Amino acid sequence: MITITHYLVLSAILFMLGVVGVLIRRNAIVIFMCIELMLNAVNISFVAFAYHLHSMQGQMFVFFTMTVAAAEAAVGLAIIVAVFRNKETVNIDDMNIMKW
Amino acid sequence: MINYLPILILFIVAVGFAVTNVALSAVLGRQKPGVEKLSPYECGIEPIGSARERFSVKFYLIAMLFVIFDIEVIFLYPWAVAFKSLKVFGFVEMVIFIGILFICYFYIWKRGGLEWD
Amino acid sequence: MTFNILSILPILVLAGFGMLVLVVDVMSARKLGEKNLLAYLSLAGIVIAAIVSRNSTATTLFSFNETFTIDNYALFFNILFLLSTGLVILISHSYIKREDINHGEYYALLMFSTIGMMLMASGADLLNIFIGLEVMSISIYILTGFKRSKLISNEASLKYFLLGAFATGFLLYGISLVYGTTGTIDLRQIASFVAGKGGVKDPLLLMGMGLIIVGLGFKVASVPFHAWVPDVYEGAPTAVTAFMSVGPKAAAFAAFMRIFLTAFGSSHYEWQKAIWILAVLTMTVGNVVAISQTNIKRMLAYSSIAHAGYLLVALVAANNMGVSGTLFYLLAYIFMNIGAFAIVIVLSQKGDVGMNIDDYAGLGFKHPMLAIAMTLFMFSMAGIPPMAGFVGKFYIFSAAIKSGYVGLAIIGVINSVISVYYYLRITVIMYMKEPVRDFHPLTISPLIVVAIAIAVVGTLHLGIFPSKVMEIAQRSILTLR
Repeated sequence: MITITHYLVLSAILFMLGVVGVLIRRNAIVIFMCIELMLNAVNISFVAFAYHLHSMQGQMFVFFTMTVAAAEAAVGLAIIVAVFRNKETVNIDDMNIMKW
Repeated sequence: MINYLPILILFIVAVGFAVTNVALSAVLGRQKPGVEKLSPYECGIEPIGSARERFSVKFYLIAMLFVIFDIEVIFLYPWAVAFKSLKVFGFVEMVIFIGILFICYFYIWKRGGLEWD
Repeated sequence: MTFNILSILPILVLAGFGMLVLVVDVMSARKLGEKNLLAYLSLAGIVIAAIVSRNSTATTLFSFNETFTIDNYALFFNILFLLSTGLVILISHSYIKREDINHGEYYALLMFSTIGMMLMASGADLLNIFIGLEVMSISIYILTGFKRSKLISNEASLKYFLLGAFATGFLLYGISLVYGTTGTIDLRQIASFVAGKGGVKDPLLLMGMGLIIVGLGFKVASVPFHAWVPDVYEGAPTAVTAFMSVGPKAAAFAAFMRIFLTAFGSSHYEWQKAIWILAVLTMTVGNVVAISQTNIKRMLAYSSIAHAGYLLVALVAANNMGVSGTLFYLLAYIFMNIGAFAIVIVLSQKGDVGMNIDDYAGLGFKHPMLAIAMTLFMFSMAGIPPMAGFVGKFYIFSAAIKSGYVGLAIIGVINSVISVYYYLRITVIMYMKEPVRDFHPLTISPLIVVAIAIAVVGTLHLGIFPSKVMEIAQRSILTLR
């Protein structure tokens, strides 16, 4: 029997994978993919909660999260392409013009 | 469950047919690999350069635009499901929504986002 | 189904004008005269939106099944956002011409971002607040990278985008946990759930609350979620820096206060500790690091972090005086900060040359008016009477004392004393040092002069006659709980 706990654990694991990926990877596109993984992990938990609570709000939220993620993906790719055009790399270790 | 028996039979036959054919051609066919045969097939023309080239940035642009318009359509599904209960209000809202998408499309078109060159 | 067209009219107006600017821009031939038209068109949009907001003051309006509300609180913030965007359009006009980024999308994105802020202030459920936050942030990611050909702008944009999206993930997870434990995303229903349980006891809910603090803490630029601020502020076009240092911060605070005072108001002992630590860290790090900065944009970035710290003090106090003080302070901050950035724009040259603090040497002799205005803004940020900043700080720190956070108030006052050093340093350099460079050509236009004048008048007026605005602020927060 698959209960809500299973879904939540799955969601938490995926979310943590995303977080770890953001922290250790160096390629901007891979980092961005990890962020998308985080958002989609949250979507799983939203749907699981919505099913568990018999409430539509969670499912509604997922719709909006998906569109927001798509908009973010478009803008993010555009920014990464702009960086690549000027710098010929998307490695974030090379993003070091400004230092404090 | 018994109603699904024909589907199961079809499934088995389909998988069996495919597997049998692949297995037969592997067993019966003669294999003489050569340089020509292993090279990528490009409409019979000699391959030029490596297949691992960098894609043109234009693909990214088209992909971005596609992602946006593709995902926005997601809102049509819940609207269609609840169309009866939303009545005129929902209809007007969706007309406005599609109108905004149309303006975006118009903007991209005029801005030259859809032109390849 | 509750739907009141009046409640969303300002947003509709802004969205309409934003799209109009886009369409006019692509339809017209690329002439500079047309671009002036775009600036005026956007200003008209802002003014009309402000007028239609004013007309709906009478009662609290709801829309979309009570997920969207226009109460006095939202109204105050709407006017505040429109004011800040209007001022930013005024100061951008000559700047984006100078930097060759005079595209119509600039104005459209400013307006779309403002729509996001309004959604954040008006959201009565977490979904609206989340969407508002994203609309606001995504527009600003683009604006930050608006100087497409400049590497520094690209870099700032990429950093802001990656970290911003990362923070969004945390906010979203927090919302999901709150939804899962309370069964609703409606702020008032969450409030009654929390009150029914006698506070937040469920660890999942507590975690959700913490993650929301992380997500919003990022947007208000609080330490330790501040790493992006200096780089992004430095790399972004200066006018965009001015924009993102006021509007988004105010919007994030609007959402912060609405979520934590409305939804979690009955359990403030659980979250006050966390915010207390954030407030102290934010004030101290912001002020101490600002001292060693040589670039004025970076200095203003750290000063912006420090100001977020003062505002968090008010959130810890969580009494009426603190919350209305926050509203007042945010308004004052708009005037003094946009004013300061306007002068930075006027004095810098193409390619954002002349951003070092030492470049301001001798300004007092060469351009006395600009120097006086800059001094005024610096005094106000430092909290010297009779400027607006002093009154704001006074309200916030007295609110902290009133709620029994004397220690916090003392730390705040010490910080404010530290801040006097680096704000006054600019004044000293302007008046006590020999000019090292010629300030010509100044990036000046009638619009930017109007913006500086409004900022000066606002700073002085709020400082000398604060009671009227404070009264409005106090009335605005009644619907919060």
